[in-house]
Amino acid sequence: MDRTISFTLNGKPSRVTTDDERMLLWVLRGDLGLTGVKFGCGAGLCGACTVIVDKQAVRSCSTPVKDVAGKQVLTIEGLSQDGRLDPIQEAFLKHHAFQCGYCTPGMILNAYALLLKTPRPTEAQIVEAMDDNLCRCGAHVRIVAAIQEAAEPARGGAR
Amino acid sequence: MNPLDLTRRDFFATGTGLFVFIRAAAQQTQQPEAARPPGRGAYPTDFNAYLRISADGRVACFVGKVELGQGAMTSMAQCLAEELEVPYDSVDMVMGDTDLCPYDMGTFGSMCTPLFSPVLRAAGAEARAVLLQMAAERLGAPVDRLQVKAGVITDPVQSRRVAYGELVEGRRIERHIDKVPVKAVSAFTVIRQSPARRKDGLDKVTGKAKYSGDMVLPGMLCARILMPPAHGATLKSADTSAAEKTGARVVKDGGTIAVLHERREVADRALGLIQAQWDRPRTGLDDKTIFDHLQKTGPKLQPAGESGNLAEGEKLAAHLVERTYLNSYVAHATMETHSALAQIEGGKVTVWASTQAPFSVRGSVAQALGVEPRNVRIVTPYVGGGFGGKSAAEQGVEAARLAQITGRPVQVIRDRAEEFFYDTFRPAAVVKIRSGLSGAGKIVLWDYQVWGAGNGGARTSYDIPHQRTAFSGGWQGGNPPDMHPFGIGPWRAPSANSNTFAIESHMDILAAQAGKDPLEFRLNHLGDARLRRVLETAAKQFGWKPGKAPSGRGVGMAIGIYSNTHVATFAEVSVDKTTGRVRVKRVVSALDQGVTLNPEGMRQQMEGCITMGLGYTLAEEIRFKDGEVLDRNFDTYEIPRFSWLPKIETILVDNPGTPAGAGGEPPIVTMGASIANAIYDAVGARVLQLPITPERVKAALAKG
Repeated sequence: MDRTISFTLNGKPSRVTTDDERMLLWVLRGDLGLTGVKFGCGAGLCGACTVIVDKQAVRSCSTPVKDVAGKQVLTIEGLSQDGRLDPIQEAFLKHHAFQCGYCTPGMILNAYALLLKTPRPTEAQIVEAMDDNLCRCGAHVRIVAAIQEAAEPARGGAR
Repeated sequence: MNPLDLTRRDFFATGTGLFVFIRAAAQQTQQPEAARPPGRGAYPTDFNAYLRISADGRVACFVGKVELGQGAMTSMAQCLAEELEVPYDSVDMVMGDTDLCPYDMGTFGSMCTPLFSPVLRAAGAEARAVLLQMAAERLGAPVDRLQVKAGVITDPVQSRRVAYGELVEGRRIERHIDKVPVKAVSAFTVIRQSPARRKDGLDKVTGKAKYSGDMVLPGMLCARILMPPAHGATLKSADTSAAEKTGARVVKDGGTIAVLHERREVADRALGLIQAQWDRPRTGLDDKTIFDHLQKTGPKLQPAGESGNLAEGEKLAAHLVERTYLNSYVAHATMETHSALAQIEGGKVTVWASTQAPFSVRGSVAQALGVEPRNVRIVTPYVGGGFGGKSAAEQGVEAARLAQITGRPVQVIRDRAEEFFYDTFRPAAVVKIRSGLSGAGKIVLWDYQVWGAGNGGARTSYDIPHQRTAFSGGWQGGNPPDMHPFGIGPWRAPSANSNTFAIESHMDILAAQAGKDPLEFRLNHLGDARLRRVLETAAKQFGWKPGKAPSGRGVGMAIGIYSNTHVATFAEVSVDKTTGRVRVKRVVSALDQGVTLNPEGMRQQMEGCITMGLGYTLAEEIRFKDGEVLDRNFDTYEIPRFSWLPKIETILVDNPGTPAGAGGEPPIVTMGASIANAIYDAVGARVLQLPITPERVKAALAKG
């Protein structure tokens, strides 16, 4: 059923009028032009479509758009502020924690959600939190290193 | 910088007899050196095909290769920056665009570094020499007095300088100098260094990186195409009336039925509403019967090398050891599914496609649409992984055909199930080795036969007096139509994964039979200096202690050569005897590539190969029955994930005297056998079939 859904998207108020059962992935990509969120498997199995909804990492391919009404949605496009990269983006860049880059927005946002919840994760916590995000190129070791590095400033208390 | 900004210029002439004139970059393809495929692998000789220097000094570098994640965007920028003497940061890469870039056969076989980088370096070197000549005339100084650094040419005597940008101002350079030498390795300042940032880095961490499925145009339709339930199935009838009621447009074109709508989900729904009846084949062929089938249907074995005399070897043998090794079909499973957008405007067809071979796609699109290739432009944005799987890019043709029929731009993004179904898998394979050991523990006989995989890496690198290698079929083609029940093709280091698994597993079996330490046993048969060096280097780093397998330590090794790069890999595993589960704890890999363009990039590729290699070794196999592909998503088709990660150590063995070999593929060939050998060393279970699943480990343990 077509309905107007209002939510906060990358810090700005946003409204879409659409069939509210549609998946957030295709609304973000098709209606709102945010193509940083990727289609990978369509079944919540790979994590390429990960976005942040109210500080939690969610799989946008399996989240109906009606579920984000009134919520805060963050995509990769909204992660850097005023042209300044988030520490997790800086760390991915520094460690070359990507190859083809297709899984990268989902990896970064999943890691971002982890660090919100657990600012100083152990390696085991990183592996556990990232385990359902798939990367075919094998950038895993660098992704772990990047998350560890991004977690460092958290020791000072502010992110 | 947008390379199309280079276009609106006109003829231009300078003083000093220098004629320079400009052609639109988009028209560059009408120039013979840029557009006409001059034959397989032949590159244009005019350096203008590869570079354009704008007035602000930025350098556009045009290459027909594509960026799949392997880092060619970075290493090719390094090559040009090195020879042209400009900063790496000033190079903007334009890749995989058939209108802007010189012809290239495709981005596969790790050929970019060994075969293309010398071409690009030569172009950069010639351009630099020409620019020096131009500067000499401009500054009124002899060439040999001039110094060039970071795109600025200086005459120290007059203290005058001129920048490349001022000399050229974005124009094509008409002057040429023959046989300009490229720099010696010892003079490199950019190559053999690791840039702090990959060229694609910022795009990829900010979500700005565009892939083919991210390209959108006004009025675009999303297409879904009806997929058969099985390979070999034929459509009997299809009722599309329910699909049409969704508002989606239904197109029937030959045997193809497509549904199109502005919204992807409507097209998805419409596709699900098509009532199709199929005739399905009942071949009885599945992932268990395939191995006998390959040997029955494969072409006659062809020789791939022979020396000595097998009968003589057999006479010398005190022990004969025969084994058969099996490999399953394996999927590419790139995170980006095959995607494309096609637009037809004013007789010009433009297709954005995820492909490893844009120039081949251009030909296929032209043929399918009945237009001239020069009226087709393929643009390859970032590609979300290839590994050989995007050498075929039929989705580009589908999008173009549907754009022609509907008169609208059409986007095709394959669903994951379609991606598995239409994949060109790594072929299943059977390897039989009949070998003999002398009483002194030397290999005196080696008779090697492979079905399915192909001959790459099939010949042993060990010194064996009486040996023969033969192969039947391969990923390259030449297979009878009934040999494989679906499409097969190249998969990262094609042939070599399957062959190296067999050869290097067998070496450990022979070492155990001879009662020798597997490292010592290998070295006893190894004359190849580069292989000896990587093997000894990796052994040292790994901390190899001599012992006879199974030692209970869970350590193993394998060596291999792929496209002139030599590699040795050691693995340490633990095996749960109850569940059969294998955990790879540590992998050490040493590699000699010759000259390495980007050491940090090479390490990324090594880590990628090691991580990806865990998949084909331990879990990945396509299950199928009667042409139906039973694995359709990542729930049943498992690929490596974070929790599988071993500790990975990579070593680049320095060898600057040897031209660069392959970069993106070599270490993956050693993963199967190094882990299989480590499993045997851990628990005495010899698994001869990949992937080494817990069930196969348990079966091997039961066999003892």
